[in-house]
Amino acid sequence: MVKLKIELSGGLEILFGNSKEHDLEISQANGKVTLADVITKARDDLLTDRPELFMKDDSVRPGILVLVNDTDWELTGTLHTLVEDGDTVTFISTLHGG
Amino acid sequence: MVKLCCACQKEKAALKRPKTSEQLCKECFYSALEEEVHQTIVQHNLFSPGERVAVAASGGKDSTVLAHILTTLNNRHNYGLDLFLLSIDEGISGYRDDSLETVKRNEQQYGIPLKILSYQELYGWTMDEIVRAIGHKNNCTFCGVFRRQALDRGAALMKADKMATGHNADDIAETVLLNILRGDVPRLGRCANIITGEDSAQPRVKPFKYTYEKEIVMYAFFKKLDYFSTECIYAPFAARGAAREFVKDLEMARPRAICDLIRSAEEFRLDVKEGQTLPTAGKCQRCGYISSQDVCKACVLLEGLNKGLPNLGISRTRGTKGGKAGLPAAVDAST
Repeated sequence: MVKLKIELSGGLEILFGNSKEHDLEISQANGKVTLADVITKARDDLLTDRPELFMKDDSVRPGILVLVNDTDWELTGTLHTLVEDGDTVTFISTLHGG
Repeated sequence: MVKLCCACQKEKAALKRPKTSEQLCKECFYSALEEEVHQTIVQHNLFSPGERVAVAASGGKDSTVLAHILTTLNNRHNYGLDLFLLSIDEGISGYRDDSLETVKRNEQQYGIPLKILSYQELYGWTMDEIVRAIGHKNNCTFCGVFRRQALDRGAALMKADKMATGHNADDIAETVLLNILRGDVPRLGRCANIITGEDSAQPRVKPFKYTYEKEIVMYAFFKKLDYFSTECIYAPFAARGAAREFVKDLEMARPRAICDLIRSAEEFRLDVKEGQTLPTAGKCQRCGYISSQDVCKACVLLEGLNKGLPNLGISRTRGTKGGKAGLPAAVDAST
């Protein structure tokens, strides 16, 4: 069992019951949890509204930034990034105007 | 596996830069981004010493980061600019009133004065009242036309020499695409200009023209800048359409695509044939605001509102081009 903290910002929190912080627990048969698993599980367990604004195909929608413990997921292998117990995964939408 | 910053070789890398693929730590990223914006400002002569500059501030990520970086660079490099924040209150309760609270905090955080100008003062209508009068259809057209003019009027009122806006590289790439899709050749030629309205009293400059949205958001996130990201209640999630999505898809496949779209527009030159004239900037006969028509778009829309004919100026009427198939007519800029 891997326990994670999920953070949402940039307007994404609206899709997640208007809350910026959530806890998420995932267990995988082989014990390895990737960001691909986290994204799907966050959609299934936490998302309350309009999944098409969070995911596209098997990943987040382009324009949503993903960080694990404040590190860009593009440095750690995007969907294949392994997460560990206690990690914080942050999703930030860049799609809102400014 | 921890990757080290490719600049300092000491700290843990925090992000991959989309434009260069460099892996940088937070501190080296701040320096790189700030230096890039500084170079853009210097190379394109965006400002001159002593100028009074309005920073168009919505409370959103782009304008918040712009206010932060401009105040930082103004101090660091002694630009000698007299900066202030200029915000427009459209009169949308539950949305703009909240974002204005963010701008008011920015005033304190960056130590530069704030001027708020409202649609109510300028036009006699708030957006809430406009939506009550015309319904939800086309309300973004009113808001967009009114806001652009409101910013210019605010800048004039405050005796600004220039206005800086937070348009980023992704915004401009999107605008280039939209102008191609519409066949709007004159706008295609000028939409990527870093300075617009050079002949007007307050030219507009875009210091983030080459700055990727990802980096602006990362900068705001790492620095924990105070910005506002609630969707407008009248157009939730609808502000950006298919072109925006397409730009993001292109970026994912090849991050340089954004720069290349901008460059395509920069290299585009409209070949004006003999005897052909482009619309020239005149003045609106009613309000005196710069306009290529006898009466500016804002005054036409306002007349419709005041006469109870809200479709005036919305459907394709005399003197307006574009506006087909539900696309907003003017896409020089989207703030």
